[in-house]
Amino acid sequence: MWIKAGLIPLLLSYLAALVLMVLPLPPLLEMWRPDWLTLVLIYWLIAIPHRVGFTTVLVLGLLTDILMGSGFGIYAIALVVIAYPVLRHFQRLRNQSMLQQIIVVGMLVLMKRAIVYELEHALNGAVFNITYLYPVLTSMIAWYWVYLLLRKYRHRYAIR
Amino acid sequence: MKSLFERGPSLRTRFLIALSCAGLLLFLDHRLNTMQPVRSFLNTVVAPIQYLAVLPQQISDRVDYILTTRTELRIDNARLQNELLELEMAVQRLNFIESENDRLRQLLGSDVRGSSRRMVTEVVAVASDPFSHQVVINKGSTHGAYVGQPVLDNRGIVGQLVSVGRNTARVLLISDQSHAISLRVQRNDIRVLAQGTGDLQKLALLYIAHSTDIEIGDVLLSSGLDEVFPEGYPVAEVIAIDRNEQYQYARVSVRPYAQLDRVRSLLLLWPGNVDEQPVFEQQSDSEEANNVD
Repeated sequence: MWIKAGLIPLLLSYLAALVLMVLPLPPLLEMWRPDWLTLVLIYWLIAIPHRVGFTTVLVLGLLTDILMGSGFGIYAIALVVIAYPVLRHFQRLRNQSMLQQIIVVGMLVLMKRAIVYELEHALNGAVFNITYLYPVLTSMIAWYWVYLLLRKYRHRYAIR
Repeated sequence: MKSLFERGPSLRTRFLIALSCAGLLLFLDHRLNTMQPVRSFLNTVVAPIQYLAVLPQQISDRVDYILTTRTELRIDNARLQNELLELEMAVQRLNFIESENDRLRQLLGSDVRGSSRRMVTEVVAVASDPFSHQVVINKGSTHGAYVGQPVLDNRGIVGQLVSVGRNTARVLLISDQSHAISLRVQRNDIRVLAQGTGDLQKLALLYIAHSTDIEIGDVLLSSGLDEVFPEGYPVAEVIAIDRNEQYQYARVSVRPYAQLDRVRSLLLLWPGNVDEQPVFEQQSDSEEANNVD
């Protein structure tokens, strides 16, 4: 039974991330919206890799696809691809300094957005626009707070 | 690096299984188009998330409403009365012209256009993905919405429905890169195609020969030839023309009339020639009931 500890807080954090992804924002801020779902997922993958695995990533990716209205599976593929290096090196990532983590997270978000763009380009003929990469910067900045907040959250609700 | 207590398939195997699952779904959805029922079911599942996302905005609207003073309301009321008066006068004239038009069309032996029905709807969520300009509205199949239905705001055409859940539906905006709409120039009836560019303020006209008679400021109306959008609604205004002979076609940019970046209330339209019917809610939703023709 103990392994189920903190299941509801865990699900709530996913829900919050999904809500933040579709929260209506003024157009000026819209293009700077950090990639909340990716950040929250990366955190849980690093913190509790024995509980959060590819199934979670896949389900959340498909939900994002539906929320974003993109082709079924595009976000799922991108998230699964960046989840692999995170799960592979979670122990190293855990012990890295904040600056190193920020750089790694930036690269992961960049990779995710590149994959989404490539798939959209191949399937729907999307055209690249540099504003699409702005969220990489805001995600790097947001990671600091997401990390601290979620760590507190994890200890508070004993999510193990 | 294998940990001592690792069980089950290795990380790489699990990765490949997850990746192929996602790839399979992508293939099924995109190539075979078999996922439509699943999509519409999942749309209903994620609807609560969209309602949650719009909650802060609704609360602040509510607080705003509670805090409005009497004087403000009175001023507002007077302004609206004036507007109503003006619109009513315009409608009188329109009714006359419409019936005259119908008579003339009968004389000519062409079909009389059926009147369209409308329903007001609110935007509940926006997709922030720049590759898909979509918004979600709070009306769905229970209200009679159908895929391919035109959506307008008070200035012009906004887009069309691409998927319909029970109580929500997804609007593809005309600015989406995968969306094109058939238009005609109001001044001289030249037919053009306008494709979205991924920029909310700009559409691009396709295949315009250099000699085409299009000027900056021309008004573009929907042509009705695409059989999705009804004829004669304003869509966009020409803002820039580049007649550089280097390119095969002239490059014409147009700006949509609809305020795509700040859509809140939208209008669902049931053109006269479709079988679907709007379903209004039973409780007297005065705002909606008044919009039936």
